[in-house]
Parts: sequence; C-alpha cells; structure tokens
Amino acid sequence: MSVSMSVEVRRTDEGLELELTGEWVAQRITLLESGLAAVDLAAARQLSIATERITALDLSGAWALRKFLQRARAAGAAVRFRGTPPDQLRLLEERLEEPGTPEAPPAASPEAPQALAVIGRNAVGAGRDLFEGLAFFGRTSVTFLRGLARPRRLRPISIARHVYDTGITAMPIVALIAFLISVIIAYMSARQLRGLGADIYVVDLVAIGVLRELGVLLTSIIVAGRSGSAYAAELGSMKLNEEVDALIATGVDPFEVLVVPRVLGLTIALPLLTVIADLTGLTGGALLCRYLLDMPLTQYVGRVNEAISPSTFWVGLVKAPVFAMLIALAGCYRGMQVHGSARELGRLVTVAVVQAIFLVILADALFAVLFMEMDI
Amino acid sequence: MIYPVLQVSGLVNRFGTQVVHDGLDMEVRADEVFGIVGGSGAGKSVLLRTILGLQRPLAGTVRIDGDDITRMSVAQLRSVKARYGVTFQQGALYSGLTVLQNVQLPMIEHLGLGRTALEELALLRIRLVGLPAEAAHKYPAELSGGMVKRAALARALALDPRLLFLDEPTSGLDPVSAAAFDELVLYLQKQLRLTIVMITHDLDTIFRTCNRVGVIVDGRMESDTLERIVDYPHPWIRAYFHGERARARLGAARGT
Repeated sequence: MSVSMSVEVRRTDEGLELELTGEWVAQRITLLESGLAAVDLAAARQLSIATERITALDLSGAWALRKFLQRARAAGAAVRFRGTPPDQLRLLEERLEEPGTPEAPPAASPEAPQALAVIGRNAVGAGRDLFEGLAFFGRTSVTFLRGLARPRRLRPISIARHVYDTGITAMPIVALIAFLISVIIAYMSARQLRGLGADIYVVDLVAIGVLRELGVLLTSIIVAGRSGSAYAAELGSMKLNEEVDALIATGVDPFEVLVVPRVLGLTIALPLLTVIADLTGLTGGALLCRYLLDMPLTQYVGRVNEAISPSTFWVGLVKAPVFAMLIALAGCYRGMQVHGSARELGRLVTVAVVQAIFLVILADALFAVLFMEMDI
Repeated sequence: MIYPVLQVSGLVNRFGTQVVHDGLDMEVRADEVFGIVGGSGAGKSVLLRTILGLQRPLAGTVRIDGDDITRMSVAQLRSVKARYGVTFQQGALYSGLTVLQNVQLPMIEHLGLGRTALEELALLRIRLVGLPAEAAHKYPAELSGGMVKRAALARALALDPRLLFLDEPTSGLDPVSAAAFDELVLYLQKQLRLTIVMITHDLDTIFRTCNRVGVIVDGRMESDTLERIVDYPHPWIRAYFHGERARARLGAARGT
C-alpha cells in the first residue's frame, strides 16, 4: 500500500483500489500529476476509484484524473467508480469528445532555408521598402504642395505644437551634449597639438568641426532618438486604436493632419536646434581654451574669425532641414505601417530610429562629397 | 464561520473633491450571478479596480473569501489573485501572444506545469468557451469581437477560479452573439459552480443571467434580488428599469 498526498492505493486480488482525497484543484496540479504518475498499473485488471473524499475538484483536477483513466484503459484495466463519477469528468468528456487537436501554426519550412532564397527575399523586401518609402515621401510632398495653395490646410497650430515638442523641449539636452562634445574634442586635440607647439589650431578644429559637421550631426542624432521615435510611437498607437481609420472615414486625409505638420514642424525646429548646438559648442571650446590653454577670450574669437570662411556656418546649417525631413519621414512612415499588435509597434519604432540615423549619416556623406566638388 | 465570497464594506473612494464611493457596501454569496449597474461615472469601474486590488481605497474593506485585500502586501495579493478570474471590457488580450499563449500565461505564472499539460489544459479552456480549435493559434488582432470576449473568458478561467469578474461582457456584441455569450456564462456558471460578478448595462444580460443586482447610486449601492430591485423608488433605478428600453423586457420577465 502506497500513500501519496492525494491518492491512496490499495492492492487487492482483482487489481487496484484508488481512494482520491483532498483538494483536486489547479493550484495543486503538479502534485496531482506526480501522485497519479506514481500509481503502478502493471497487472491491474480492475481499477476501482472512490471520489467521495475529494473536497474540491475543478477542471484541472478532473483533467488530470481523465488523463490517468486514459492511461489505465490503455494499459488494459477496467475502470469502475465506487459511487457516481464526478460531474466535472462528464463535462470534460462532453466538451472534448471531438478529439481533433488544432494543427500547429504552419511551421517554419522544414528544410533549412536556402541562403540564396534568403538573400533574394531580403533584396526584394528592401526594394519594395524603398519603393514604398518613396511613395510615402511623394504623397507627403503632394499634400504639402496642395496645402501651399491654402495655407490653413497646413495646420499652423499643429505645426507650432510639433515645433514646441521637438524643438523647444529638446534645447537643454542638445545644448548640453554639444557643449560636452566640443569640450572633449578641444581637450583631446589640445593634448596632441601642444606637443607640436600648434595649440592655436585647437580653435580651428573646434570651430570648423562644430559648425560644419558636429553641430548638425549630433543634433540630428539626438532628435532622431527623441522625436523620430515619438512620431513612430504616436502614429503607431493611433493606428492600433483605429484613430487613423476614423480620420479617413471622416474624410480627413491623415497625411494632411498627421504627417505634413510633423515633417514641417521638425524641419523648422531642427535648424534652430542646430544654431543652439553651434553656439554652445563654440562656447565650450572657448571655455576650454581659456582655462586649459590660457588663451584669452579675445584671441579665441579672433582665431575663430580667421579659421572659418563666411560659408562654414551655412554649410552646416543647410543640412539641417534635409536631415529633419529624413527623420520625420522615417518616423511617420514606420508609424503608419504599424498594425496588429503592441510588439509590432515596438519593432517599427526601433526600425524608425535606426533608419533615421542611418539616413542622416548617409545624407551627410553625400553632402560632404557635394561640398567638396563645389569647393566650399 | 463561512464568509461571503466577496464582501465590500464602508468603501470610500475620492478623486480630488469628487466623491466616487461614499460608504459603499456590497456582498456577493457563493454560486450567484451578481450584476453591478450604475450610470456612466457612477464608479462601477473604480469599484471593480478596487476589488481587484488595482487601486487602494481611502477607507473601507474588501474581503475575498474573508481575507481583506486592502491591507495585503503585494506577495499576499498574488495568491488571492490566483483565486479569481477577470475579463476586461476591451478583452485586454496580450496582442503579441496567440490565444493559446494568452490562456497559458497565468498557468505558467502560477502553476508550474509541463509543456503537454500546459497545452492540453489551455486548449480545454479554449474549447470550453466555444472557440473553434483553429482560433488557438490566432493573434487577438485576427479575432472578431465576439471571439475576443470568449478568448478573454478562456484566459480568465485559466486557473479554475471560483470567482469570476466580467466587465461589460456583452458590450460591443450584436444581440445574437450577446445572447450566445449570456448562455455561455450561464452554462459555465452552472457547470463549474462559479460565482460571477459582472458589470453590465445590458438589460437583456441582467434579466437572463443575474440573480441579484446592485445599483450604484449616490456613491452607495442598493442591492437586492432582481424581482425586488426593479420596484425600488430611487429615481435612477426607476428610470433604469422602467425606461422605454426596459419596459418590454420587464413585461416579458414577469410574464404579463
């Protein structure tokens, strides 16, 4: 005779007598399963089961019992209940009688994916993505141009809100990062250049570096992380909420009220942020030169004036609206692609930010080539 | 001593100066279907959130099987939460998981089952609420409104609770699906001996399923059997049960 917590087993001449006791509920399901698994069915022709001492039996408990009965019958035992079998067991039989288990979702293709096929599929996917991205850009442009004829349709209030959200509120972080980066550049280069006795060129490095490249590039990357993701998440959750469908159903073009104001807002905000980044970057350089190289402020300003040409500032600034458009378009485009689930939202927000940063750097490289050809 | 399944007493909830509940009492006994009714903004959802331990009341107690959940630590609450099931108004299925995984999630959290047991028990729930087996591997976004409600019910039943909370179970369903859902709830209530607390506006659902009804008026609850509460003199209760929409239903229920 063996005793477990929920099953008492007695061996008789004809077979086994099982006395089930205690709570047969979901919370104890693992105990029940192991208790039943421990019952040795070998050479048991008759199986007699008593359930009167069960204090609680729920579906999970009944399921465990049903599994055991199936095992017993498969082993050739005749199952008999002392008293009436519990109702829950009958309910299970009722609901489970059609045994069809659902076919698992179409499994990933059985043979290992062919490398060539993967490359091909990705290439086609990338091509389609590019095409659809261009279509998105085209549709945004058309909506914008149409809006020019009737400026009210460009939603000035909405644009102002986006300038505030993406520009004004980003000022502290952009200023801080531009300041720190230029301090770092000045510091690193000062150590190198001092050895050559060329400290003065630290100023050239900081001025040209910040104004031409770093000011706008850093700002764009911060904004891509801040606002590109916000755009994608905002539009994405609106899509999930069917708000975009509601707009379309009302006869409102979502490009007009959602996409264009965001693109224009960022296109206004990013150049302004770039000016701030330039300003604080140069300030950082000045501070470092003053305290590390003992260079008076007047000399720093004079040197900056000599180092840069009139176009240096504009060469940096002219890139800002382009970067802004790339970031905003990537964010809006990916946001509008969201459908179905929260996971999709997360994936596309990630894609939006990664692509925005990639596009910004790609565009920056193209600008560099262009400006070199133009000799500025 | 036998405790009521759910007992709320002296509940006070306030947001700023707005008093939502002002000494609300409520008692739900075993094996009954208790309907909670109230105007928009009467505090039905706040009441449910308080009972579920999602927010703490300013004063009062909420006892589930005699245990006061308003004074419990997070760890103690966890074991109480395994005793009841909830469906939310919009279904609140996890959108990144299939129906099957949705049902399995509470089991994984609370039961520690093996893989096959997990799969079979979850499928059993899905079958039980009348979903076709193919639905098990679908994502919530691919389901119709009625199927979402059923899937949510399957998930609520995952741990074989004795107590079930349904928030607007038939809202957004067509009358045929709503009636079918009512029958399902009744069937499960009878078969699994569930105690059900449901928030609903649907008069058809109330007359079909509820034994007792609690109406939230003026921050308190008037509760009684369905037959008696329809004749309460409070203006809102009269308007609710004797309005244009209710009259036909009431007549039918009384066989006049």
